[in-house]
Amino acid sequence: MNPDMIQLVLVGVVTAATPLFLAALGELVAERAGVLNLGVEGMMVMGAASGFAAAYLTGSTLIGALVGTAVGALMALLFGLLTVVFAVSQVAAGLALTIFGLGLSGLVGSAFVGLKRDAAPHLAIPGLTHLPVVGRLVFGEDYFVYAALLLALAVSHGLRRTRAGLVLRAVGDNHGSAHALGVPVRSVRLLAVLFGGACAGLGGAYLSLSYTPFWSPEMTAGRGWIALALVVFASWRPWRALGGALLFGGATVLQLQAQAFGIGLPGQFMSAVPYLVTLLALVALSLRRRAGSVAPAMLGTAFVPDR
Amino acid sequence: MGDGMRAVAVLAMAVLAGSAARAEEKLKVGFVYVGPVGDFGYSYQHDQGRQFLQKQLGDKVETTFLENVAENDSQRAFEQLARSGHKLIFGTSFGFMDPMLKVAKQFPKVDFEHATGYKQAPNLATYSARFYEGRYIMGEIAAKISKTHTVGYIASFPIPEVVSGIDAFMLGAQSIDPNFKVKIVWVNTWFDPGKEADAAKALIAQGVDVIAQHTDSAAPLQEAEKAGIHGFGQSSDMAKFAPKAILTSLEDNWGPYYVGEVKAVQDGTWKSHDTWGGLAAGMVVMGPYENMPADVKAMAEKTEADIKSGAVKVFAGPISKQDGTVAVKAGEVMPDKEILGLNWYVKGVDDKVPQ
Repeated sequence: MNPDMIQLVLVGVVTAATPLFLAALGELVAERAGVLNLGVEGMMVMGAASGFAAAYLTGSTLIGALVGTAVGALMALLFGLLTVVFAVSQVAAGLALTIFGLGLSGLVGSAFVGLKRDAAPHLAIPGLTHLPVVGRLVFGEDYFVYAALLLALAVSHGLRRTRAGLVLRAVGDNHGSAHALGVPVRSVRLLAVLFGGACAGLGGAYLSLSYTPFWSPEMTAGRGWIALALVVFASWRPWRALGGALLFGGATVLQLQAQAFGIGLPGQFMSAVPYLVTLLALVALSLRRRAGSVAPAMLGTAFVPDR
Repeated sequence: MGDGMRAVAVLAMAVLAGSAARAEEKLKVGFVYVGPVGDFGYSYQHDQGRQFLQKQLGDKVETTFLENVAENDSQRAFEQLARSGHKLIFGTSFGFMDPMLKVAKQFPKVDFEHATGYKQAPNLATYSARFYEGRYIMGEIAAKISKTHTVGYIASFPIPEVVSGIDAFMLGAQSIDPNFKVKIVWVNTWFDPGKEADAAKALIAQGVDVIAQHTDSAAPLQEAEKAGIHGFGQSSDMAKFAPKAILTSLEDNWGPYYVGEVKAVQDGTWKSHDTWGGLAAGMVVMGPYENMPADVKAMAEKTEADIKSGAVKVFAGPISKQDGTVAVKAGEVMPDKEILGLNWYVKGVDDKVPQ
């Protein structure tokens, strides 16, 4: 393998990791506020359908991405009303959101099946993008990738270094105390859920606008569930989620590359490798976790203020 | 679970529609699909067949379809159609086999037809298509077009239908170029556009210049178009996804078969049967031959005609297994039963069937 081929493989890894990371980052924020939203798959697939539809009708990838993001947030609003405002079971509402999203996206996207458009534009900086070995990898990704990195920076900084992040974490760790201190627990949770939906919608739009630029029902193919696993894998830390997404996307892409390269491992085993990697990582994490749980203490618990 | 919930909703609508219809002379025909009709692949093609049937027979027939019916939840769908006066019911997924067998026993006056299955009853027929015939032609085309003498093959699951497809492809390719090579990537899914695209990228990185696929999305073709190489469409004509890359598509065509079966029921001549039709029966159709020199196109057309006439049999001997043992002697043809259970590669495939 020459360096340029390695670069192509790495570009493929980044592509595979981006939708996983976007969805996981959003879910991470919602979970840090104490809300477990199992509807990531449903929000993603709605983002993919509506994002493609909007981009196809307007001819603009940017509008497609924005619409996908907004529709993901709308789906999350529905979930937030149910779980945060009416204190419905988060697990049941999340599962329902996934089923609802898969069905509704088929309806929304039905007029757009079998249509195609050009892939999302890539960054092109004269002199840099065409550098050998690293040019395309660092300076030639599509805009979604850079947006995802900026989001990672913002979330990481926001959670750790800002007052808003502190409030969000307090709500997720002890909503009773936060409420006693005058924090509007339910508003904070609703906002966190909306952010999670927006990220999932953007991740879905990435699938139908850049990864494989067409719409097809259920094209998310389980990526929302992988994103959920990633949040746990990352022990609720943004940069670990990025690392996990690269690892997971990388394992998938590399096993396909290994097969094409002719490494004689059976296909089913190779397909299971990413999941094996995740399991091992989970075990390693739990061994290291002796000091105390890393999950937000209120995760999955509804908050009903006393009156 | 999602499929189940949707099936219930669709079922309710079908029942309402059924009770509203009062046209006595029309034959009511039901279809049950495992996927959405909008998948632009397998279920879509069956529904194209249903629409063809409705158009051909007009007011003599009334068709109903249920989409997204989960296999383990399908019995109710078949019962509901049988109860609401449907006299001929098609189920199109392998997993519908046992539910259909049960329902067929409950409704002896209703005729059932199951695609890709192998269990029959006096009122349950089976039908399928010899897709491998088309893959033989694709193999010939690939051997003529490829400059690297290598095809990249994206495979779904190691089941006989897929393995026999790889074998037929390679037998076709070897008839042109005995040293032709195949690189196989198993993706372990029928449909995941992202993963299929990644598999195509991996094969392209290994220098293949033709990609064949036995998965359902147009993603591999789009990657081929991007890389400036060639590929084949699956299930329906996928030319618009890759106008420069596409060589031809392997299309499912169920319409004429459905018309024939409905007419048989109307004439009272319908009998249980096991139909396995290919190019000759029109159940498998080759898409337009494109992006290839005239002589290659002529060769493909001739092979297609020869398979239709029976002059060329895909699994005619001599055929050797990978280790060189003779599987089919010269002058003999592999029996259908063996093709339906094929689990080994022909000589020249440098890979192992995953176990």
